[in-house]
Amino acid sequence: MTTLITKIEPPKPRISKALLPYLYLLPAFLVMGVITFYPLVYQLIVSFTDFQTKDLRLGLNSPVLNFIGLKNYIDIFTAGLPVQNFEFFRILIYNFWWAITNVMLHVPAGVVIAVLLNSEGLWFKKLYRAMYILPVVVPPLVVATVWRNIFDDQYGAMNQFLTTIAQLFGGTEVVHIRWLTEYAPPIPWLLPGGPLTKAYYAMMIANFWLGWPFMTVVATGALQSIPKDLYEAADIDGASGSQKFWTITVPLLRPAMIPAAVYGFTLSFNLFAFVFFMSGGGPARSTEILVTFAYDLVRNLRLFGAAAAFSVIIFFVGTVVFLITNRITRATESYTEI
Amino acid sequence: MANSSEPTKKNFLLRFLTMNTNGALSGRSLPLYKQLGLQLLSLVIGFEVMFPILYIITLSFSSKSERPSTLQLIPTELSLTAYAQVLDRPTANPVTFIELLKNSILLSMGVGLIALLVAVTAAYAFSRFNFKLRQVLMVLVFVPLLMPAVGLATPLYLLMNSFRLMNCGGGAIAINPFFLCAPGVTGTLLFNLRDSLLGVGIAMISGALPFAVWNLKGYLDTIPHELEEAASIDGADPNQIFFMIVLPLAIPQLAVTFFLGFIGHWQEFAMSWLFLTKPENYTLSMTLYNMTGQYANSIPWNRFAAMSVIVALPVAVIYIALQKYITGGLTSGAVKG
Repeated sequence: MTTLITKIEPPKPRISKALLPYLYLLPAFLVMGVITFYPLVYQLIVSFTDFQTKDLRLGLNSPVLNFIGLKNYIDIFTAGLPVQNFEFFRILIYNFWWAITNVMLHVPAGVVIAVLLNSEGLWFKKLYRAMYILPVVVPPLVVATVWRNIFDDQYGAMNQFLTTIAQLFGGTEVVHIRWLTEYAPPIPWLLPGGPLTKAYYAMMIANFWLGWPFMTVVATGALQSIPKDLYEAADIDGASGSQKFWTITVPLLRPAMIPAAVYGFTLSFNLFAFVFFMSGGGPARSTEILVTFAYDLVRNLRLFGAAAAFSVIIFFVGTVVFLITNRITRATESYTEI
Repeated sequence: MANSSEPTKKNFLLRFLTMNTNGALSGRSLPLYKQLGLQLLSLVIGFEVMFPILYIITLSFSSKSERPSTLQLIPTELSLTAYAQVLDRPTANPVTFIELLKNSILLSMGVGLIALLVAVTAAYAFSRFNFKLRQVLMVLVFVPLLMPAVGLATPLYLLMNSFRLMNCGGGAIAINPFFLCAPGVTGTLLFNLRDSLLGVGIAMISGALPFAVWNLKGYLDTIPHELEEAASIDGADPNQIFFMIVLPLAIPQLAVTFFLGFIGHWQEFAMSWLFLTKPENYTLSMTLYNMTGQYANSIPWNRFAAMSVIVALPVAVIYIALQKYITGGLTSGAVKG
């Protein structure tokens, strides 16, 4: 399916129209030159300065602005910034952990639910399909605000729900878990080098709600393109249900699911609004990811020089992530051609 | 299948539980016990999906402003007081709901439309023309996609903050940073690009534009070239081909790209929260954040719930209407990288 699309026919250049492509590109490059490329260069310059609020008026011409070389970068890597609870590598590791654990939950759940919805003769199939798409259509920031209130320790629906469940089993106490504010990690050994607070688990639950339906949508599309006679042939050979799942469904879903997983990974990796609205990076920056910390540097701490340096680092991290994920996607593309 | 061939040997209960519930005439059979198991599973998943949605809708229809002490997932009353209160006075500031809505619509539609208009010719050039710097320019356009939107916030903030209109007194107006008031005159601030909807819009376009180019190029690549070749044999020049053949063919994807820009920036928060300080410039998502942040304790939950529903509704409606195109576009684009 995809290989057909990617084939680009060799265009026929005409000498008289050699300038035309550049003309077509001109508007985009004019706009991007002013609001993307120039700011990128400016960011790099600012990252070598101690730009602060006092320099806002005059910018780089400010007489009190100092060029301090690589100090911002060194401060970031050695936790030398005047910021509490900040260690770059802890946040970096947590950021990767956050994105990977999310995808590892969303993709299998999405596939299993898509297989369930694909069973022939299932009653109310259309109703379930329509219902399960709902989390995809709600804006993440609304999802995060709603879940933040669900995890409220006093009046939140989650504690109320757990209380109801506990009562079913004869419990009498009101459940009172401080989901978003308690620092002590429930499973201390899980991530070396960084505490996984209750807020992390609360966010995993909320983001699970947000994440698997998209994977189900992708998996459903791919499932419907698997020829039925493969399963019929397997039936004749006497294959069991799980054998069919692992030897037919999973390999044929892989070309569609790997790019979706890569997309989900990138999305979770930079999930700004969700994290910002749900926990604000807290408690004690334990659920902070790179983008929320960069935002904190510029919005609240007003350390513009350090924020610029941090953004440059984010750019390099993003490039590395892209190169890795791109390699993974390419690898699966060639897999489809076998 | 094996079950249906020997039904007479089994007792009634077993027959009942293994009867085929697949209504279709062809296809494999689905025995009742399996059907019921799958139904149970589907309902549990359905509960998981509906839990927060029912919770927030129930809250929004409640007339009581205090927080509920027990879990309620089904509305016991259908009161519109919370909605009326939010529409009447959304924040503590003297700003009306209509103004907030106008700001949100202006930003999201403006960004979606301008990004689309600027992107479409570039996408076409990358999709159809072969020219010397094609690879280099394409990398240049798509490299910013590696950067999350927040990554460009600092320089955009600083640059736009330095763009000011100053009243220097005596009828003279200076445009910083290009022209300054006379030495010694400080002047008064008339307009700061950073603290305006225009500035936020520009900052958002910076993120939306590369995505629009990428999204449109992916689609244009899938349009067969035969029509264009036929038109060029008939003597159409490249401009005619673009405007009269390719653009009309691409209308569905143009709409999808616009709506993706719209719903993406309807919920945009980072840039507007960073740039804007005046309450009359606030957007709906900023107001929603004000209801959850450190001020959350003073906000009645039914109003917060009503606001969440209001912010979510337009995105949900558009998404459901365009669902097929949006997920299709995103996944086919992802495959191509």
